Amino acid sequence: MQDATTLKDYRKQLREALENDFQRQALDKFAVAYRTSRANAFADIDAPELIAEIAAAKDASIDHLEELFEEFKRHAEAAGTKVHLAATAHEANEIIARIAKENDVKTIVKSKSMTAEETHLNHLLEAEGFEVTETDLGEWIIQLRHEGPSHMVMPAIHLSRYQVADLFSEVTHKQQDVDIQKLVKVARRELRPKFCQADMGISGANFCIAATGSIGLITNEGNARLTTTLPRVHVALAGIDKLVPTLHDALRIIRCLPKNATGQAITSYVTWITGAVPCETAKGGTKVKHVVFVDNGRLAMARDPEFKQVLRCIRCGACANVCPIYRVVGGHKYGHVYIGAIGLVATYFFHGREKAKNLVQNCLNCGACKAVCAAGIDLPTLIKEVHARIQDEEGHPLYSTAVGQVLKNRKLFHTMLKSARLLQKPVTGGTPYLRHLPMFLFKDQDFRALPAVADEAFRDKWERIKPRVADAKLKVALFSGCVQDFVYPEQMEAAVAVIASKQGVSMEYPMGQSCCGLPLQMMGEKQAGRELAAHNMNAIDAQDFDYIVTLCASCASYLKHGYKRLFADDPAMAYKAAQFAHRVIDFSSFVRDVLGITDESFTGPSKKVTYHAPCHLCRGLGVTEAPRALLGEAGLEYVPATEEDVCCGFGGTFSVKFPELSKELLGKKLANLKATGASAMATDCPGCIMQIRGGFEAEKTPFEVRHVAEYLAERLKRK
Amino acid sequence: MTTPNLVEKLTAKAGLVSATVRAVASMDEAMAYVADVCVGKEVCQILASGCDAPLSGTAEALCETKQEKIICAPEMPEEAMAALSAQCAERGVKLITSGMRSHLGGIDIGLTMAAAGIAETGTVVIRSTNEEVRLASMIAEIHIAVLPASAIVADSYALEPVMVDWMSRPDFTAFVTGPSRTADIERVLALGVHGPLELHILILEDK
Repeated sequence: MQDATTLKDYRKQLREALENDFQRQALDKFAVAYRTSRANAFADIDAPELIAEIAAAKDASIDHLEELFEEFKRHAEAAGTKVHLAATAHEANEIIARIAKENDVKTIVKSKSMTAEETHLNHLLEAEGFEVTETDLGEWIIQLRHEGPSHMVMPAIHLSRYQVADLFSEVTHKQQDVDIQKLVKVARRELRPKFCQADMGISGANFCIAATGSIGLITNEGNARLTTTLPRVHVALAGIDKLVPTLHDALRIIRCLPKNATGQAITSYVTWITGAVPCETAKGGTKVKHVVFVDNGRLAMARDPEFKQVLRCIRCGACANVCPIYRVVGGHKYGHVYIGAIGLVATYFFHGREKAKNLVQNCLNCGACKAVCAAGIDLPTLIKEVHARIQDEEGHPLYSTAVGQVLKNRKLFHTMLKSARLLQKPVTGGTPYLRHLPMFLFKDQDFRALPAVADEAFRDKWERIKPRVADAKLKVALFSGCVQDFVYPEQMEAAVAVIASKQGVSMEYPMGQSCCGLPLQMMGEKQAGRELAAHNMNAIDAQDFDYIVTLCASCASYLKHGYKRLFADDPAMAYKAAQFAHRVIDFSSFVRDVLGITDESFTGPSKKVTYHAPCHLCRGLGVTEAPRALLGEAGLEYVPATEEDVCCGFGGTFSVKFPELSKELLGKKLANLKATGASAMATDCPGCIMQIRGGFEAEKTPFEVRHVAEYLAERLKRK
Repeated sequence: MTTPNLVEKLTAKAGLVSATVRAVASMDEAMAYVADVCVGKEVCQILASGCDAPLSGTAEALCETKQEKIICAPEMPEEAMAALSAQCAERGVKLITSGMRSHLGGIDIGLTMAAAGIAETGTVVIRSTNEEVRLASMIAEIHIAVLPASAIVADSYALEPVMVDWMSRPDFTAFVTGPSRTADIERVLALGVHGPLELHILILEDK
């Protein structure tokens, strides 16, 4: 459970987590295995379509939660279930404690419920003197260790068999073997008497079906079936967002949830309970049955146009499964109660700003979570939005406001960059890297060499190198982004050469363009970001061009999708942003799909080149084939790397804020690239190049890291 | 999909999750299979940790309650019960249809009739509003479900109308797919954590 009070404190906790070798290896193994098992599970199913259906159905429910609650209550009560609605977590816990007292309950068994973790139900019940036993194996283990879950589906994934054997030896007062099969049987037999003796069973609910008043429970172990069968009282605790109109809605989610969670086609058990069912030990032979819904901010969230989609979440945990940060630090440092990307967002709403304010900054914006989300939630954007809200509530940090002020003023920003060129002389030592950085400014940044600002910016070269095209059939605006303009102008020059190799394409470099604004979003500076976006849309009049081409995957993705979101509340600007976005295209797609450049344009000896797929290209724009195909067209031998589409750890300002994490992710990336046997790598993003090239430079490994445009340009046939 | 195709798919999918699937030509054959499995199994399969394994006092006490081979078949049709009673009498197995709460330490076999099968996931659908059915199919070390071939549907959506009808009154229905499982320790698969260690599906050919 992450609860650091300051960012400094949080970073210290993260460094400690990085030293947990067992957890690191366990999560690494899982991350790799999960990819394959998820892909296999969805092999016969159109996953994007199913996800879109789930999202649409959940959205429709979210608008009618109160009506669904009334409908559920009517049907459930007709079948003998008492239905409650608690406004807060505390109220939900009190209702459950009251039910326990009214029914003379002493002992309670629980099956897994994230909602009960959210409300800290066990704390209250134990304080009231009830004996509470978790019966899901993982939950039991962490209960015995007095910990919270480190994953929503696999709560004890951070623990080894040795730790479990020690724990079970303590619990049974007998020495237990370190053998997982045996340990599981020990749990079976230790927990069985708990089921037999319990007066009350508490379960969660994966679905609450309004049309029939039924609940649905998904488990693999079968503990939920025993929890809801043996004790004479059954209470189900559910967030009000678990209401769905019909059985069909629940069945649809089941088609996705287990596949997305663990790569299973379906869990061993899906239990459907309607009303109060027979129970031999209950008075009158019928179980005492209650369903407690908890609001805890959900109904307000349902009315929040930006955040209502959080309520689509079906708690599959996939956003943690694929998160590069979760993978290195584990769930205890990557969530408060709810873990992973959804946890970064949900913590703010369910557990407050204090618990969320450090956590929410720990996001690379790599989009891996969004790409697998079972309900299509735009998690990276919501995470940034929570960060922006917290800054608006608490006041923006000085550096953040300052960066906002500088970036939205192009002239000031560019003047500063040009001054940097002169000021850096003492630290470059005549190399393209900043060699002797004042360490107080760049603490913990030495895991990669940082590049120097180029002698001449691309914008200053433009008039000299601009191709003159007489009768243009295609008009293109170039958007360079700051890094290629001021640090890597050679990448832009390469792109110009490649595009100019096709007849009839005119290129313009509108001089008013500035930073795309993504760094401001990363820092939670939303207002400055809007001003900057408006500035760029004025600087490049979209109507004048067929395409706006950019070589930076991050800029491209932000120009294409981010601008529209920024102006969602301003119809005139939203229209302008849509017109702008429509024309934005990444370099590789433009060259292959629009210009149709093929192997006829290239010549030269072949060599092995591997590839790094930038997050904002492969997931942000959905472009995966074009760059790899182009390497082949250019006569290069493309050698795939392991985990090509996993983030390099740059994440813009992320790498400055969390250098220890950035370093870890970069280390994995470098190892995967080296393992290909190639000694050259192409990619489509200057940020990734800065990170990866700097990483190789810092470890003194000779490895060529260049933009796809550079590989193409150097192999163009001379005319 | 035709019935043979559905049978084939369900068989394949259930096999993937460690269920044993057999086709049986008659209820008599099914009951003979049940008795065979019961006679052939060890008295207590939880021996995986060894009955002599070190447990706490209460857990060991519960184990003491099981001393003989028991089949619980709470809601089987009459023709099945006739055949099974004969088999059990002959082979010295205790057959019960109720009183599962006296056997919470474990029984050998829980025998149920499946209301439906779902080919897509290899699932049997067990209506278990009767508490004895719920307990028999959970407490047993081996759960055997008889599934009429004609009751197999392609996917869960096909069951919607009938399930909605079930849900119009107090009801407890389970989709059961393979035996009870967990991967909570180091993601290593272990079968039989709280429920059955084995699931056998007997697909009963249509007459």
